Amino acid sequence: MNAFAAHFAFEFRTGVRNKTLLLLNYLFPLGLYLMLGFILPGLNPFFQEVIIPGMVVIAVMAAYLLGLPEPLVGAREKGIFRSYKINGVPPSSILSIPSLTTGVHTVIVAAVITATAPILFDAPVPVNWFGFLVTLVAIMVATAGIAVVIGVASSNSRVVILWSQAVFIPSMLLGGIMVPYEDLTPGVARASQLLPATHAMNAFRGLAMGEAADFAPWVSIMSLLACGAVGFGLALFLFRWDSHDTVRRGHPALGFLVLAPLALTLLF
Amino acid sequence: MGAAVEVADLRKLYGDFVAVDGISFEVQTGQIFGLLGTNGAGKTTTLECLEGLRLPTGGTLRVGGIDPVTEPRKLRSVIGVQLQTAGLPETITPAEAMRIFCAYHRIAPRNDLLNRLGLTDKADTQYLQLSGGQQRRLELALAIAHDPRVLFLDEPTSGLDVPSRAELHRLIRELRAAGTTIILATHDMAEAEELADRVAILRAGQIAVIGSPRDITSKGTGFTKVSVRTKYGSLGTSSLAFPAVEHHHQEDEYSVFLSSDIGPTVSAIITFVDANGDSLIDLRVERPSLEDQFLEIATTGRGS
Repeated sequence: MNAFAAHFAFEFRTGVRNKTLLLLNYLFPLGLYLMLGFILPGLNPFFQEVIIPGMVVIAVMAAYLLGLPEPLVGAREKGIFRSYKINGVPPSSILSIPSLTTGVHTVIVAAVITATAPILFDAPVPVNWFGFLVTLVAIMVATAGIAVVIGVASSNSRVVILWSQAVFIPSMLLGGIMVPYEDLTPGVARASQLLPATHAMNAFRGLAMGEAADFAPWVSIMSLLACGAVGFGLALFLFRWDSHDTVRRGHPALGFLVLAPLALTLLF
Repeated sequence: MGAAVEVADLRKLYGDFVAVDGISFEVQTGQIFGLLGTNGAGKTTTLECLEGLRLPTGGTLRVGGIDPVTEPRKLRSVIGVQLQTAGLPETITPAEAMRIFCAYHRIAPRNDLLNRLGLTDKADTQYLQLSGGQQRRLELALAIAHDPRVLFLDEPTSGLDVPSRAELHRLIRELRAAGTTIILATHDMAEAEELADRVAILRAGQIAVIGSPRDITSKGTGFTKVSVRTKYGSLGTSSLAFPAVEHHHQEDEYSVFLSSDIGPTVSAIITFVDANGDSLIDLRVERPSLEDQFLEIATTGRGS
């Protein structure tokens, strides 16, 4: 078994063995899906239309934004990265393998949501599965990029929670899941374009659900993919093996550049 | 055989704090070299510079002929490291850790080492559920799995029980016999005295003394302790004066003499006991240990 496969297999099992990751990968998104699915359509008919894409986006964000950064900071603080460095584990593997295994868990949850929502909640199903998959991959890549930047740039676990929630909560509220994009005030709508959820929901509507997108859906896809690429590049650049390492290659504030591809969509 | 580790004028600053202040030493291939010192003396920083985990502020380093600063990737295949403060992921099992790290070293998993270090029964137990000693043994197994030429051990017996410690010492001797160079940082003076060919005692980032444990103990000002027990207690008077004895006191049934030259002292004691119609029951000679010497250096700063 080569190193990548062995490391991948371990990280995948960790996503189930670790109770916190099990919660964030599976129990939280599926529990929230059931709760919102039973309650919200009666209060907010719009949610009925977006149960599948909306809950998939929430599942992706919960797994990546809430589940991925903290273990990165924890591993650095506990000296696990030092063991990795000694044994030749490269930063690219440290960042990419948990991102990929989280992706596998997320796809499983997305499949459960997509398969059950039409039965349980009479939710509309995607009409274009290719568009659905492309958008799913794009939001996973973008959120993974943001998550690894948060994990690498945050100085400790408390800061991680702050930044993760700073992306997660506005995405839930303003990302086109609870409230339609067109119902947002112009200023808030423009600000919401800095959130990956907004672009994912726009692309899901335009490319997968057979609805009219609020703005160019392929621009959303490209910006999400670019966000992920920039995120991984920044995370590799800012990566530190050791919490006590005084040598930094760049200021952690550079991490904000991960949002630059999303900000660029404001020009279109 | 040449030097496996060369350190020349190593300096390491953390801000204004001088952790290592211009130390130099060499370790020959196949030697066990002990780094001793109190907390904060610079042992771990020195090791971490050699291991490529810290960038030195100044000086030159060579480990197996490789510069840890400029050739960190080459260094990985040459060295094995058991860190003082390193962990593994909480959920990883010994079998998984061995599989992953061996894979990154491009070798087959060394499950024989798990067996040798008594971890076979725990091969599928998560790291968090292992005892402290089992965690240390796993870290050691991972450090030596790829047969490194130079092995760094930072407090390797910390948290080990007596049988595990003895097994580890056997393993360290076997590695030395196989030609592995070992650098051992420890607080355990008995361990250093037992295992190390040479030791350096660090104090405030500098080498206070370096040499073989025997050389170092012989350089000290410590006295040899001569404890004598006789049938009738003829030595139990404070007015006795024997050659080279600096101090005399009673400890239970033993008369204890601190001597700077035990030959004349012991000879005079035996003559005195015979001359007074007494007879010896027990006579013990305890030479100054590396620990005595270490304490002297740590408290007074005196070194060679």
